[in-house]
Amino acid sequence: MQKSIFRLIAFTLVLGVAAVPFDPARAELVVDITRGFVEPLPVAVTDFDGAAPGDIRFGQDISKVIADDLERSGLFRPIEQGAFIQDPATLRIAPKFGDWRLINAQALVSGATELQADGRLKVEFRLWDVFAETQITGLAYFTTPANWRRVAHIIADAIYKRLTGEEGYFDTRIVYIAESGPQNRRVKRLSIMDQDGENHRFLTDGSVLVLTPRFSPTTQEITYLSYVGDTPRVFLFNLNTGQQEVLGNFPGMTFAPRFSPNGNSVIMSLARQGNSEIYDMDLRTRKVIRLTNHPAIDTSPSYSPDGGEIVFNSDRGGTQQIYVMAGNGDNVRRITFSAGRYATPVWSPRGDLIAFTRIYQGEFYIGVMRPDGSGERMLAKGFLVEGPTWAPNGRVLSFYRQEPANAAGIVSSKLFTIDLTGFNEREIVTPIDGSDPAWSPLIP
Amino acid sequence: MRSKIFTFIAAVFFLTACGTSGEDSGAGTGSGAAATSQSTGSTSTATTSTAIPGPTPGSQEHLVVNVGDRVFFDFDKSDLKADGRSTAEALAAWMNNYPAVTLTIEGHADERGTREYNLALGERRANAVYDYMLALGVQSNRLRTISYGKERPAVLGSNEQAWAQNRRGVFVVN
Repeated sequence: MQKSIFRLIAFTLVLGVAAVPFDPARAELVVDITRGFVEPLPVAVTDFDGAAPGDIRFGQDISKVIADDLERSGLFRPIEQGAFIQDPATLRIAPKFGDWRLINAQALVSGATELQADGRLKVEFRLWDVFAETQITGLAYFTTPANWRRVAHIIADAIYKRLTGEEGYFDTRIVYIAESGPQNRRVKRLSIMDQDGENHRFLTDGSVLVLTPRFSPTTQEITYLSYVGDTPRVFLFNLNTGQQEVLGNFPGMTFAPRFSPNGNSVIMSLARQGNSEIYDMDLRTRKVIRLTNHPAIDTSPSYSPDGGEIVFNSDRGGTQQIYVMAGNGDNVRRITFSAGRYATPVWSPRGDLIAFTRIYQGEFYIGVMRPDGSGERMLAKGFLVEGPTWAPNGRVLSFYRQEPANAAGIVSSKLFTIDLTGFNEREIVTPIDGSDPAWSPLIP
Repeated sequence: MRSKIFTFIAAVFFLTACGTSGEDSGAGTGSGAAATSQSTGSTSTATTSTAIPGPTPGSQEHLVVNVGDRVFFDFDKSDLKADGRSTAEALAAWMNNYPAVTLTIEGHADERGTREYNLALGERRANAVYDYMLALGVQSNRLRTISYGKERPAVLGSNEQAWAQNRRGVFVVN
């Protein structure tokens, strides 16, 4: 990453361990994410103990998912289990902190699983501060055994929150477009998976072109663009029922949909006679309000988390730039003034930043800026990177990266996540190519 | 052994490819006037001429041969250029000759833009053609527009030549 050029700095991650062990109120690990990057926190994630062989296997699987979540965040470095000195059985009684200090673990995760008589799985975990020799947190969950992955993600979220002070984002899903085939006959399928790529499912069969899915705040619905009947229109997909429903009956192409923060409406573009305008549709009354009125292209709208403002993409100034307006369409002002074209603005769930795509001198960038356009930073760069989406804690983004076509005219397109600081870019491994990721809120 | 199989496959593929491209673009080579000789059999020295029919008037093939089925746009632009206007004028005249024909005008963009903006841009391009056709007297109920944004490039590849071919409006006979 071109740190010097794009001023990647601003706030970078620090994994400082608050070293005040003798003050009981502060005798705890704190991953400080407000200062400069140091290094990931070494953490020992042990296999959760169990009495029956089945319990033990659950314990191993859950431990693996937790360690993988923490590792992918870039903030933690799970220690190889082969280095562990204390065994799970004695650990269940009490940690021998000296054993964990010897392998330089700063935090220790222990736990136990037990299949209950009623068929439910009980999972309990404890998070320990190795140097302060204290339990930081401990929780128990009961769930159906099939849900073990979710419990692991929930535990990883609890650990992340306890050590960083920020909400986690591991118990989430990503909806995206799975892609295959040559560029000119690309088959695109609406698809969904856990944020770590597991539990992958195709939601449509590829017979119809689909694009730009986005989650509702309830995580039970997706809004997206579909070419059903060779007419591009905004649809709703209900994840519970599998039902697909066209949204409204407009005399033109509807596209670029996104839910309002409360989930009660969908904001989108309607293109008619060569002019795209932004509309908001109330999902209960189906009442439609027009929010822009300009002969330029107005598209890619995204609400601020409080619903009070809308950021969108327009070429009313001559080229694609990013604008903000009030929720009722008033007070339109441009916020991007640097060189290049700007597109796909998405408001952070925290409200503090707007992520975007920038096209500059033949390259594409993913960046963030404050809602007034200040503090712009580029996070990722490539031949074609596009479509940022925020993890619910506003600390991590996902986007897709398309490489140029090879000699045979074949393109590849993959999903990635990247930290808000521009560090820790990771691919989300999908069964086939992917684009247009959209991150869900935390699953209720 | 293996290389022979490969060669064979390559040869078959090559022939197939030739056949395909011949179908696509070659409809024009026989536009009425051309005729070829066909041998009627080895026992006779006589030959008869059979005219290969040109494309059905008013068909997509006929449009491709007589007018061309596309116009091109500059990067991030949607105004018809001089050659695009000529094509549209020829298209309007052609439609006058075939009053039953209805057309879909597709608007396309190259891959060097963002997806949603390109959908809007493709719509704008399709409508630039549409508006010009209306100005030339074609009735609106014979025209329909659709935007594919950057989803359906005509030419594979990530280079200027491909992008120039992909920034286009395409006429499709319904």
